[in-house]
Amino acid sequence: MTRLFTPKVVTANDLLDGDVVWLTEDGRWSRSIHEAELLEDEAHATIRLLLAQSQGRRVVGAYLADARSGEHGPEPVHFREAFRTRGPSNYSHGKQGGI
Amino acid sequence: MYAYNDFDEAFVRERVAQFRAQVERRINGSLTEDEFRPLRLMNGLYLQLHAYMLRVAVPYGTINPTQMRQLAHIAEAFDKGYGHFTTRQNIQFNWPKLRDLPDILDALAEVQMHAIQTSGNTIRNVTADHFAGAAADEIEDPRPYPELLRQWSTDHPEFQFLPRKFKIAITGSPNDRAVTKAHDIGLRMVRSADGVPGFEVIVGGGLGRTPMVGKVIRGFLPTGELLPYVEAVVSVWNLLGRRDNKYKARIKITVHEHGLDEIRRLVEERFAEIRPSFSGVDPQLLAGFKQHFAGPDLAVRPVDAFDAARRADPAFRSWSDTNLAAHRAADYAIVTISLKKPGATPGDATSAQMRAMARIAETYGHGELRISHEQNVILPHVHKSDLPAVYRALREADLASANVGLVSDIIACPGMDYCALATARSIPVAQEIAERFDALKLDHEIGPLKIKISGCIYACGHHHVGHIGILGLDRAGVENYQITLGGDGTEDMVLGDKTGPGFSYDEISDAVERIVRAYLALRLSQAETFLQAYKRVGLEPFKAALYDREAQADAA
Ligand code: SF4
Repeated sequence: MTRLFTPKVVTANDLLDGDVVWLTEDGRWSRSIHEAELLEDEAHATIRLLLAQSQGRRVVGAYLADARSGEHGPEPVHFREAFRTRGPSNYSHGKQGGI
Repeated sequence: MYAYNDFDEAFVRERVAQFRAQVERRINGSLTEDEFRPLRLMNGLYLQLHAYMLRVAVPYGTINPTQMRQLAHIAEAFDKGYGHFTTRQNIQFNWPKLRDLPDILDALAEVQMHAIQTSGNTIRNVTADHFAGAAADEIEDPRPYPELLRQWSTDHPEFQFLPRKFKIAITGSPNDRAVTKAHDIGLRMVRSADGVPGFEVIVGGGLGRTPMVGKVIRGFLPTGELLPYVEAVVSVWNLLGRRDNKYKARIKITVHEHGLDEIRRLVEERFAEIRPSFSGVDPQLLAGFKQHFAGPDLAVRPVDAFDAARRADPAFRSWSDTNLAAHRAADYAIVTISLKKPGATPGDATSAQMRAMARIAETYGHGELRISHEQNVILPHVHKSDLPAVYRALREADLASANVGLVSDIIACPGMDYCALATARSIPVAQEIAERFDALKLDHEIGPLKIKISGCIYACGHHHVGHIGILGLDRAGVENYQITLGGDGTEDMVLGDKTGPGFSYDEISDAVERIVRAYLALRLSQAETFLQAYKRVGLEPFKAALYDREAQADAA
């Protein structure tokens, strides 16, 4: 049985401050998921992840996370990834509070 | 308390200097993350969901006002103005930046603190009864022993690459406040038949994926033989422990697989081998440590002010009913400062609050402070006549919640608000439950009740031993909370029983309220605690309250 590939984004944490970042189409690391490149092809996703993993001087722990396309660009699918776009729920810290 | 000698001081400073160079090399690209990761973990630095996190050890929970002020300073200068006290008697900073880490570690070293061995497959910070040295029921202050263990285990060459992490807890009192039965080794002080203090040695306890109640491997160990005996246990496990499977590596699995009797035999054998080489050295060291922990000179003064304040001020009376524990001196009390104001994050303290606690400890508490595994802060020695002033000062710092041991005194791990391993959130669940019972004004009516929440099976929130335990899971991409009932973390440790299917994030507070209302309805009298009632009636009535639709309709 072939598994259907669901769209992904490449995400990681910034090396210096640990903040969540996403890989954009032009190879930048953005602080907003909406600027991420939505990867709809499995082979291409693998190549982008390899690129990300070679950027260990900028980011830590790159991986592929499920995403879907939304009004403003890619959006998270899983709640964990949704929290990563905002920050903790007990204080307005992290992205929701301007870090 | 224990003060570093020149050797300790040089050791910690050297480690900071090394780490400074390592951070620099990571930033300039000469170290990869794979190379850097073990180095940062050795220094307590984790990468969490939104940021780095630094975990700082508070050895056996003992901290002085100068150190507390330095934590306040670090929180302000390098973080977001607060720190989070954990169930391992550590403090965590949730937002440090990589470049600042060496400076933070230097600031810690200035006050003789560090983050070494708060991570990795080493012997971790030994935890202790937070009432140590003060409790009325204590046989002896146990803290010289963890200090001995700490010095012996820190950077011990044989024990840097153990099969897995190794946690030891100790209590000097037969009433276990240190959850010793949930540790790799638990040490509970008892007296021999002829009245000599020694340790009951418990082995193979642990929560997490495969929770197990520790078993007694030695009913009585003379205190002087502690070090060789612990070394014998660790080295037997170091040889037998499963390095092939992370989930089977803890000593609880080794004990389970080989049987307690076989482990006991091997430990005694090894103990007999190494004991001769230990003689002479540690008794001397220990005598030195005992002096460090001699405790303050207690004052003899009238306690009338305390009684008068209790008569005059109902709020003070309520606080002194819940937040005080019996001190070994009748004119003194042990104060628990609640970091559990309903709606606040369990275990969090702002820099201002840390400074207030430091000041109060200096003014009224002989300069002593403790961190409890229940995420509160303790003033171990307060003269009763000073309690009204302590209470006023705590109120000013917003630290006077009168709820220790009650439904809103909830343990919660950081969960998915911070922790990279989490499967669900725990903090907002704790906040909502505490606020709900606060609004209902039921907490004193309910009486002693421990709710403990973990955000994944690693069980940092000790949910298995909560009277009501809550475990946050990810069920098909949705947060789901599994409830256990009847857990007990004392010397009679019991693991809680699962009630059945879990509840969604939106349902979990309602579910807890249904459990508590069921208890109120079925208890024999107000004197029967939740745990006693549970032991009497078992799971069924609570299951009915949770899952039976008719019962719910009736209650509505
Ligand atoms: S129990 Fe799980 S979620 Fe909670 S702090 Fe421990 S590892 Fe993180």
